[in-house]
Amino acid sequence: MADQSTAPVARGNSCLSFLAFTLSTSLPGISSAAIEGGELVVRADRDRLIPLMMLLRDDPRFRFEQLMDLCGVDFPQRAERFDVVYNLLSVSLNHRVRVIVTTDELTPVESVHQIWPCATWWERECYDMYGVLFSGQPDLRRILSDYGFEGHPLRKDFPLTGYTEVRYDPERRQIVREPVTLTQDFRDFDFVSPWEGVLTLPGDERAHELRQIMKKIQ
Amino acid sequence: MTEALKQDENLLGLHDSLGEGPLPETLLSEPVAEEEVERRTVEIDSHALNFGPQHPSAHGVLRLVLEMEGEVVARAVPHIGLLHRGTEKLIEYKTYPKALPYFDRLDYASPMCEEHAFALATEKLLGIEAPDRAKWIRVIFAEITRILNHILNLTAMGLDCGAVTPALWGYEEREKLLEFHEAVSGARFHANYFRPGGVARDMPAGMEEKIAAWAEEFPAWIDDLESLLTENRIWKQRTVGIGVFTSEQALAWGWSGPCLRGSGVPWDLRRSQPYDNYDKVDFEIPVARHGDCYDRYLVRVAEMRESVKIIKQSLAQIKPGAIKVQDPKFSPPPRAEMKRSMEALIHHFKLFTESYHVPPGATYTAVETPKGEFGVYLVADGSNRPYRCKIRPTGFAHLQAIDELSRRGMLADAVAIIGSLDLVFGEVDR
Repeated sequence: MADQSTAPVARGNSCLSFLAFTLSTSLPGISSAAIEGGELVVRADRDRLIPLMMLLRDDPRFRFEQLMDLCGVDFPQRAERFDVVYNLLSVSLNHRVRVIVTTDELTPVESVHQIWPCATWWERECYDMYGVLFSGQPDLRRILSDYGFEGHPLRKDFPLTGYTEVRYDPERRQIVREPVTLTQDFRDFDFVSPWEGVLTLPGDERAHELRQIMKKIQ
Repeated sequence: MTEALKQDENLLGLHDSLGEGPLPETLLSEPVAEEEVERRTVEIDSHALNFGPQHPSAHGVLRLVLEMEGEVVARAVPHIGLLHRGTEKLIEYKTYPKALPYFDRLDYASPMCEEHAFALATEKLLGIEAPDRAKWIRVIFAEITRILNHILNLTAMGLDCGAVTPALWGYEEREKLLEFHEAVSGARFHANYFRPGGVARDMPAGMEEKIAAWAEEFPAWIDDLESLLTENRIWKQRTVGIGVFTSEQALAWGWSGPCLRGSGVPWDLRRSQPYDNYDKVDFEIPVARHGDCYDRYLVRVAEMRESVKIIKQSLAQIKPGAIKVQDPKFSPPPRAEMKRSMEALIHHFKLFTESYHVPPGATYTAVETPKGEFGVYLVADGSNRPYRCKIRPTGFAHLQAIDELSRRGMLADAVAIIGSLDLVFGEVDR
């Protein structure tokens, strides 16, 4: 029981920018490495993820021993709609990095569970929530949603209320699944101020068109 | 268990005398004489045991399917998600201030520390910084929350191993701390107290003295707790050498907090990546060597003493001043001002309907909660709602290793291991 913390207290920004420079120039499989908001962000190629991750873990310059978090982000308007985000932490060198790869519903990302065994559950969660596939993952089952659940709830096109609701039916003495019925519509207010951005008031469209024409003439 | 019992009865040849029907086929295939019964070898099938989800030692709604060979755990398969409430999805539909109370409901044993992560992440994206007094209040209450959590965890773990008294004593002590929670926020558990840009309101008059008085007498309670457990023969039999994890394993499995320090890795975010005013207080980071349940217990006990130290230092350094950012775009104006000033009224209305818009960007912000690293990966798209808010729960990573930890151990050890991992399912399942 003793205070043995040897990690440096504060990392200078220069240390991070050095890392970013090293990553962006000397390694294959990285499309960009930059400091965004004080955090090191690496965008990588999906196909060369595994060698990159091995290097990030084992190279003495990086030594990211821990995969702290793996998650998906959905951007439905993009061709490859999903970001898979890996947040790595180095306990010995006291720095973090965020590695981002993109994918779509059908293209699998290689699993990193051989590198960090804890990746299994994070990948299961990402698959459960977004439907991102991980190749080489032997245990790609759902984890957080109900047994027999269908759909991927954190996708942007999945409604907040879901499709089915579950209740216990005392007459049939069993649990029944039914389509969601809401006694009141989901109230999704748009609180964005009408005085910012919107130039046309309801009923005032004609005047707005005239203004646009005037602008063009000028 | 009944399967095993029946097979035991078969072994002892008690079956016929109890009159429970014929023997199984396997045993009847070769008729043997009565005197040979003792030498017969019967293979006991491994069988599955459902531990939870309604078991008090499962610390919530853990369904642990244990494949048993006799009383030895061959494999442990946790099923989680029974408390999944879709917090991350709900947050995507709420403005930033309205998303904050969800964090109280994640790890309900240490609510304010979870709020801390979200408040810091939002502040980072907004580019604002809480005033000094707010930072001190956050440090004090994060440490109070840490003690609250550790009392609950240690005493509940004791309860799982058969020590009832610590839990009874612990609840009394927790009550005092929850009164502090209630005094500042109005709620005992779901405080909604740490806000982006500071805290909700200032501590009431006399609060600092009350906390200081409590901090003087609390270490005596830790001594009492230790007198019950630390050298207790039964306690040591149940925890020493049980659930051993090496530091390499702990790192590979993504452990953090007291569990990682119990395995010999000196890592504490309060020290290595300090946030708020943790760089202005002096405290030690307890580290243990063996990585068993007993070491995790010792680390938590030592951490409570350090927390008291931090609280005392914070009380010595805290000064009167503002408790939230003095920008009406981010923090609501005082009620009295709203009665006089039209501007203040508009700001208040805007804040509680539209709220503020967070500039586009992303951050992964982590804090050292009592259980370990709790992170928030927040993606903002410039609107008044988070585009994505991934919550990095601590217990999720700890629970995943339970198969490694409890394999080839006894069933009773699995209970001690679950207790020592400090799981709260509000957080694991989100």
